[in-house]
Amino acid sequence: MFDTIKKLVNAFGPSGCEKQVAEVITQMIKDKVDEIYTDAMGNLIAVKKGSGKKIMLAAHMDEIGLIVSYIDEKGFLRFGTVGGVSPLIALGQRVVFENGTTGVVWYEENLENMKDAKPDKMYIDIAAKSRDEAMKMVNVGDMAVFAGEPVEQNGRVISKALDDRVGCAILAELAMKRPETDNEIYYVFTTQEEVGLRGARTAAFGIMPDLALAIDVTRTGDTPSCTHRPVVLGEGPAVKVKDSSVIAHPRIRDRLVDCAKENGIPYQLEVLERGGTDAGSIHITAGGIPTGAVSIPSRFIHCPAEMIDLNDAENTVRLLEAFVKAR
Amino acid sequence: MTEQGVYKDPTSGEYPEYLIDMLKELTMADGVSGDEKPVRDFIIDQIRDRVDSWHVDNMGNLIAFKKGTGLNRKVMLAAHMDEVGLLITGINENGLLKFKAVGGIETRALVGKRVRIGKERVPGVIGCKPIHLQDAAERKSPVKKSGLTIDIGAKDREQAEQSVAVGDTAVFAYDPVEFGEHKFMAKALDDRVGCVLLMELLKNRYPFDLYGCFTVQEEIGLKGAKAASFAVSPDTAIVLEGTTCYDLTGTSEHMMSTRLGDGPALTVMDRSVISDRGLYKFITQTAEEQGIPWQVKRTISGGTDAGRIQVSGTGVRVCTIAVPCRYIHTPVSVMDKRDFFHALKLAEATLAGLNNWLRETYQNQSGGESNV
Repeated sequence: MFDTIKKLVNAFGPSGCEKQVAEVITQMIKDKVDEIYTDAMGNLIAVKKGSGKKIMLAAHMDEIGLIVSYIDEKGFLRFGTVGGVSPLIALGQRVVFENGTTGVVWYEENLENMKDAKPDKMYIDIAAKSRDEAMKMVNVGDMAVFAGEPVEQNGRVISKALDDRVGCAILAELAMKRPETDNEIYYVFTTQEEVGLRGARTAAFGIMPDLALAIDVTRTGDTPSCTHRPVVLGEGPAVKVKDSSVIAHPRIRDRLVDCAKENGIPYQLEVLERGGTDAGSIHITAGGIPTGAVSIPSRFIHCPAEMIDLNDAENTVRLLEAFVKAR
Repeated sequence: MTEQGVYKDPTSGEYPEYLIDMLKELTMADGVSGDEKPVRDFIIDQIRDRVDSWHVDNMGNLIAFKKGTGLNRKVMLAAHMDEVGLLITGINENGLLKFKAVGGIETRALVGKRVRIGKERVPGVIGCKPIHLQDAAERKSPVKKSGLTIDIGAKDREQAEQSVAVGDTAVFAYDPVEFGEHKFMAKALDDRVGCVLLMELLKNRYPFDLYGCFTVQEEIGLKGAKAASFAVSPDTAIVLEGTTCYDLTGTSEHMMSTRLGDGPALTVMDRSVISDRGLYKFITQTAEEQGIPWQVKRTISGGTDAGRIQVSGTGVRVCTIAVPCRYIHTPVSVMDKRDFFHALKLAEATLAGLNNWLRETYQNQSGGESNV
């Protein structure tokens, strides 16, 4: 599992630029599925054919990032954010562009209050001495993501982009297992989730599944003096009850719980006050699609170092396998 | 004045004047969101003879169609007909009209402005307390929209009701003016510039099927485009817009969304959309090859119909070409005529070469078929 995660988090893939991630996944699973293709939004869709129910499993490929909006005459890059990037968390971080160009994020130091450290008062320094030099390295419109190698420690993983490459890894692992079932399974690796659940919407419309699950990370409530949340790292996949984008279809939620109980898989129930997943756009597609979600407990989401527990990831694969086999 | 449809490099200042005349007429038509009929009727008159068919859908979108000469791909061009404006919500005892803004209008931009209301174009003015009578606190605090009313010169409610009704819409009443160095000011440049560009582009026939969509209710949430794109179900769409421009003294370079005179602006990302990378690249390459000036919109702000079109159906490849307009969403906005003509040149050149791009792009995209 860690090897799969490692390959995926190392791929470059901010919203709208998910090609590299799609290629990594394609290489992993293309021999294990009956069909694999991309659509106009860049969603990667892999199908295991079957005569039963059409089940869509969605995990998003994109990660949060920064987008260059202007290059000044000294070669500093001004940027906007792609998805929910906290300026304070970005401060002092190393970021990397698709072509490998590395930069550091800093702020206009005459700011009186760090609360004013918004992206328009910040910049990326790519060690260029002039605009000309900078423009040989990057263009306006190019995106950058947080840099950093994934680390495994005590069965837990620390890395950028676990949101939602861990979901992608879980779907890839499941696809490689080729679960024995009559159901037709669509492994959908979606795009542009972080900017508004966009890719999942067109993918779901194209597939028109009978039911769907989104696989994404969720926040935990188990760190010092944090907001109260029911989910704990390492205590199993979280079956979503609701977040701000969706109320999970009760029958899908119950089926997931039953699958977990029947197979002795640890699970938790998730109620997330703020935040959404692809389930939010899938369930209101066309005439409506019964949709639920399984979440991987994760700490420090949208930081350069997010954390998940490998047991949770592996148990999610088991839970999904049981779910897609169920009649 | 040059011959219609043929013109030299707009940078020289030579451009087809009839297009500016068209823009003048179209900005004089009134079309607040949900009330776009006058604009739509004007456009229908202009384009009916240059398209194969057209229809108006249930939301009021005007959808014009031109059959392609070969390639089996659908391309949608979209420009929205609606403008920001006001909605009359009540009539006071004293004959003054209460109103709400339709679309994003800053309250400070309303005070003292002339408006016209409804089909009969009843003239009015948004009044406020004279400065002489304001106390120190009032002078310092911003105006509240709830304190503003429209004066149509009626002596009481009964008289006012003879010319206006609750539910009527009002637009800013300012005539277009050509002025200064290639400059043009008018109300509703957002997005009548796009409408004129689209009307012009409908003169040509292309290898692909072309759907010219003049959309409604963009300013209140990109609503018309959602229905239009669902019906058309295009492969690719280009949105023609008027976009923000803030290039005035005191703004840092990186906060200038666009600069007037630097050419049409392309959007990489705004709050509604991340443009298709391939289409964006194709358009910028086209601009470079043709020597057409262009710029990237520098701020991640605002949204366009592209946001709705992109996620329609099974997904659409989209990009936006926009004419920079200073002071949009106020009674008068300003554009550089050269940007307008360069936008037309760029759109024409893009459509001329789009055939090849479509072939290459959709060859690589299996679109539902296996590529294992």
